[in-house]
Amino acid sequence: MTRTQGYDVEAIRKDFPVLARSVAGGHPLVYLDSANTSQKPRQVVEAIERHYLEHNANVARAMHQLGAEATAAFEGGRDKIAQFIGAPSRDEVIFTKNASEALNLVARVLGDVGTVGPGDEIVISQMEHHSNIVPWQLLAERTGATLRWFGVTDEGRLDLDDLDTLVNERTKIVSLTWVSNMLGTINPLDVVIARAHQVGALVAVDASQAVPQIPVDVASLGADFVAFTGHKMVGPTGIGVLWGRYDLLASLPPFLGGGEMIETVTMERSTFAAPPHRFEAGTPPIAQAAGLGAAVDYLTALGMENVAAHEQAITAHALERLQEIDGLTIVGPREPVDRGGAISFALDGVHPHDVAQLLDSRGVAVRAGHHCAKPAHRRFGVQSTTRASFYLYTTEAEIDALVEAIRHTQRYFKVS
Amino acid sequence: MDVDALYQEIILDHYKNPHGAGLREPHEAEVHHVNPTCGDEITLRVHLDGDTVADVSYDAEGCSISQASASVLYDLLVGKSVPQGLAVLDAFSEVMHGRGQVEPDEEVLEDGIAFAGVAQFPARVKCALLSWMAWKDAVSQAVSDPKEQ
Repeated sequence: MTRTQGYDVEAIRKDFPVLARSVAGGHPLVYLDSANTSQKPRQVVEAIERHYLEHNANVARAMHQLGAEATAAFEGGRDKIAQFIGAPSRDEVIFTKNASEALNLVARVLGDVGTVGPGDEIVISQMEHHSNIVPWQLLAERTGATLRWFGVTDEGRLDLDDLDTLVNERTKIVSLTWVSNMLGTINPLDVVIARAHQVGALVAVDASQAVPQIPVDVASLGADFVAFTGHKMVGPTGIGVLWGRYDLLASLPPFLGGGEMIETVTMERSTFAAPPHRFEAGTPPIAQAAGLGAAVDYLTALGMENVAAHEQAITAHALERLQEIDGLTIVGPREPVDRGGAISFALDGVHPHDVAQLLDSRGVAVRAGHHCAKPAHRRFGVQSTTRASFYLYTTEAEIDALVEAIRHTQRYFKVS
Repeated sequence: MDVDALYQEIILDHYKNPHGAGLREPHEAEVHHVNPTCGDEITLRVHLDGDTVADVSYDAEGCSISQASASVLYDLLVGKSVPQGLAVLDAFSEVMHGRGQVEPDEEVLEDGIAFAGVAQFPARVKCALLSWMAWKDAVSQAVSDPKEQ
């Protein structure tokens, strides 16, 4: 049995009906792909269902009772997110369709307002998800700015040796992941943010893997923008969040044009709404915001300290068990220190796709491939890895099932 | 689903001992194909002697299915004429897209019939077709290349 202070893992698993199902071959599902997307508790799905069945209307513009109820659900989702991440103001929370869109929004509007130009530098890292690489490459191409990046140490940590030269007076934007989706590394953002602000650069944080598993307080973090997504934190797909400092958001131009983001429109020109609506053109993800609000309630009831403690305990167990396997190499930190619950590994003699296929045949769901982090893989000289990732409902028994399925894979491919 | 249907002995044999692997000279065309979802890659060269596929050489990185498929491709296509090779490609593609309902012709596909099971695993069909799509691309470049007589 998995012991976690604060909540009973076996009990809360009952909130996730999918975890009780079996897959082809009659194997019980062992879902170890939560860094990809988390499973959803009944409470979240029911909130979405209730919205559609009882309160459905468009927001803000509908002058009837249902419109008011839908608006309350949507804006209530914003209130809950704001409180959950410690945002000083609810107006700093912008709903997007996912974290990728949130990061693209930042890159686009900073470009439009002339934050960077030729001779200026944008700094990212080698461990970023493609969604925190490509928008900055596009911005650099569009503006003539130079893209630079932090390296990664052999252990899988952010290489901060050249922090003071990499982040310099030419640096205008630093964008970093908080928790690596591939290596599992939790980065020391405070050091980087302090240096960036010392040279007057803005800091964006990709918190897609952080907000689901560790307590987050954006006010004390001190970054300028924080992006994350709903579906990795027991919420629905189709909704992401960009948090930004209000004074900064208020100084930035719109991202997409359309309904809801305007103040007034004439045929010649328009003026724009204040944040957050300035950045939310068109009908927003209303039901998803209601669902995300329920996800926040769910996580808050468990307590994010407890969720983080469970993630830490289960990751420590997995690191220990996986390292018992001959021929298995973990790519990323091997100690459960400053480490999130995603473990990528290589298995001698068996390609990750084949590993994932064999694990799937035993009911164990993992991800295989480059995990949208090709540069990080290249850094470690591998084309792809197999990744097991854990969440608040993962049990030690599931880790043990993973280990047994890996041993089965080795026997199947005759490499052990 | 039964993984034994996917991992036929023939496939595992080709994976462990791929035929025709490595890049060789001469060649009239070289292509590089990737499977963007998983990152599998192949660099493939085609050497034509008149209308005959004189050599197919390749450097591939990927799963057992994609590696074995390149090995089988080498066995099947070297020595055939370009139209014959394209006919084999069509037969292989048909089986791959057949969702397990298309009976492979052993006369045409030889060891390639082992891939019939792959068609039941939609996520792996692209793995099996990677080298074949690369070959098709390379051949079309080689026949349209002015260096080719």
